[in-house]
Amino acid sequence: MKVLMFGWEFPPFNSGGLGTACYGITKALSEKGVEVNFVLPKSTKVSEDFVNIISANLPQTKITLVDSLLTSYMTNETYWSVFRSTKSRGFYSSNLVGEVERYAAIAQDIAAEVDHDIIHCHDWMTLAAGEEARKISGKPLVSHIHSTESDRSGGQGMNQVISKIEREGIRSADRVIAVSKFTKNKIVSSYDIEKEKIDVVYNGINKSDFENNLDATNPFGKKIVLFLGRLTLHKGADYFLRSAKKVLEKNKDVVFIVSGGGDMERKVIELSCQLGIGDKVLFTGFLRDQQLQKIYKMADLYVMPSVSEPFGITPLEALASGTPVMISKQSGVSEVLHHCLKVDFWNTDEMANQILAVLENQELEDCLMQNGNREIDGLNWGRAADKILGIYKSLVPAGT
Amino acid sequence: MPSICFYFQVHQPYRIKKYSVFDIGNDHNYFDVGGASDKNNEVIMKKIAQKCYLPANKVLFDLIHRHPEFKVSFSFSGVALEQMEKYAPEVIESFQRLVDTGNVEILDETYYHSLSFFYSNDEFVEQIKMHRDKVKNLFDYEPQIFRNTELAYNNELAVLVEKLGYKGIIAEGWDYYLKGKSPNFVYRPYNTKKIKLLLKNYKLSDDIAFRFSNRGWEEYPLHAPKFAEWVNSVNGNGQTINLFMDYETFGEHQWEDTGIFNFLRALPEEILKNPDNDFKTPSEVADAYEVRDELDMHNIVTWADTERDLSAWTGNTMQKSALKKIYEIEDEVNAREDEKLKDEWRKLQTSDHFYYMCTKWCSDGDVHKYFSPYESPYEAFINYMNVLNDFKMVLSGEK
Repeated sequence: MKVLMFGWEFPPFNSGGLGTACYGITKALSEKGVEVNFVLPKSTKVSEDFVNIISANLPQTKITLVDSLLTSYMTNETYWSVFRSTKSRGFYSSNLVGEVERYAAIAQDIAAEVDHDIIHCHDWMTLAAGEEARKISGKPLVSHIHSTESDRSGGQGMNQVISKIEREGIRSADRVIAVSKFTKNKIVSSYDIEKEKIDVVYNGINKSDFENNLDATNPFGKKIVLFLGRLTLHKGADYFLRSAKKVLEKNKDVVFIVSGGGDMERKVIELSCQLGIGDKVLFTGFLRDQQLQKIYKMADLYVMPSVSEPFGITPLEALASGTPVMISKQSGVSEVLHHCLKVDFWNTDEMANQILAVLENQELEDCLMQNGNREIDGLNWGRAADKILGIYKSLVPAGT
Repeated sequence: MPSICFYFQVHQPYRIKKYSVFDIGNDHNYFDVGGASDKNNEVIMKKIAQKCYLPANKVLFDLIHRHPEFKVSFSFSGVALEQMEKYAPEVIESFQRLVDTGNVEILDETYYHSLSFFYSNDEFVEQIKMHRDKVKNLFDYEPQIFRNTELAYNNELAVLVEKLGYKGIIAEGWDYYLKGKSPNFVYRPYNTKKIKLLLKNYKLSDDIAFRFSNRGWEEYPLHAPKFAEWVNSVNGNGQTINLFMDYETFGEHQWEDTGIFNFLRALPEEILKNPDNDFKTPSEVADAYEVRDELDMHNIVTWADTERDLSAWTGNTMQKSALKKIYEIEDEVNAREDEKLKDEWRKLQTSDHFYYMCTKWCSDGDVHKYFSPYESPYEAFINYMNVLNDFKMVLSGEK
């Protein structure tokens, strides 16, 4: 089986779960003998070094880099700021949607050159590329949806153009993969897609990536509650801080850490000051590699208060690091994770109630951690790859 | 022979309402909640009265009149009786009419459906006494047989219960502990002189209680003639078939549309078609049959899950910690000599609270979920500990 995959940068060069998922899926597929030709935009983060590292780790996988300014999680604003600071501007489109279309046109050339049985693309920015590739090769197209415009906008002001691209891309795909039932339902209701066309394939975790001997001694002498994610509307950092305020009214011996960057970073910092808990909240910025692993390990509780989370890989990473988790019920991961605390993102009283219980009852922390850590054994990328391979086989004529 | 011995367990806990850390110090009412909450004890009692207690009692009442040989026994937790008196008094009257037929035996247990035997003998004995008083008061009846919460049993329990004057005690007939012995005989507990041990025939009991409506079961559908046939096949190889189950099996665990009431209606006649069969209550079984052998049950055995041990209540550290914390304040509670306070402390001992905190993985987990009003065992623990913290503040006089 040969797959032409349009995806996004891999860890450690990624800036979120999309890259983690692309890597997890590609690696697990390659271990099952699938040959993946992985196409992604070349950027400052993704260079020849990247290709060398990946080629060493994924022998079955070829990387094709496309000269483009696109990176994952881009918005019109972030694209514009990248474009403005680029030297050879004339080569690229001046706006995000234009660049997505330019990228799609290049996909035609790639589809003509690269031998493949199936096309697999990830999220809205590559949907058009997948369609263009199919026009050339006529091979079946699988669109893998990791988030929808409605998730990304946090329900506030969806971008209509992006929404339209997403809807058209999903409609024209031969098969759609959603990362959860939560996401599947969103696709069905917002884009009027027949639900029979959509399969749910849950993300996974490679547990051993988070098993290490790093020294994660807590320097504070106080319990640590961690938020880790992009600081955007839909990740719910503001709810985290409002809960923190309520926790601190009952228990002063806690440190709250907010890890991650994003368009709301300044607002979030300001909010912590407005709430009068500025001295109890630490901001680390975006962490990766050993720093990321250390902060997970150091925390006593990881909280994912997302307003709308298609899946949510970070709770699995926290559990793999030995830290118990609280997740919002408005998340895909809550469909597969049971040994955790679950709250509605808006219910900051309940969030505080449960955080305080973990801080004050070691046995609760231990039970959540041990059972949760064991539960994620079943949530691995191999399982996801099996399901994806099954979908490929249902679309590709037998004997290929 | 054999005798069919029915015992039905009737129990409803005082479920703890949603109780947040922010309620501590402000709200000392732990059990009563309004609205359609799944923790509203009044609503639940009324619902189960309609679905199970009243219709099942009617079936039994009619059966006793049609077949004067038909007999059953009940064990009521004190907290269930209390809630019936408060929320569904017609259920108490209905049980009283049944007991008045003379074909119904009542067993003793701990008033609060607690695991106190394993934590405090004084408290255990006190709760049995309360239960005796309640049964005497409501039914003018003095039980002679004892059953412990969740059928939790070991040698020491039998020794103590014998000292308290009971002629019989009940336990799960789990093969692993029987080591080849049949549950269909009466036994002598290790280190006792007179008391007799009746063992639940879990296979035939669970055919009714758990498998009755299971379409994946090879014996589905189960009809009374088939069940009577299984009973008859024991003939010569046992003296008593003890069918012990939750009374809520009828209409609540197995809904009416499964045909469970029709099964019950038809069963006595089918059983009595064989003149060798009869119905006996537990004390009649104890009187009628000599002990077959001594039985040494050193480890605790219960009627729950595939492990048949206490792990559903004490298996994880949250449960152990919650149990430890509720029992370690016993002396303090007694010293206060405050009946209301003591009653609340005891309501917090009811085994269900700890069952809701169970985190076991296996398929039993589904059963646990069915019976729990909480979304997760962790939430159950958090709620319980919040209440316990408030209770301790009240106890120490801080509030």
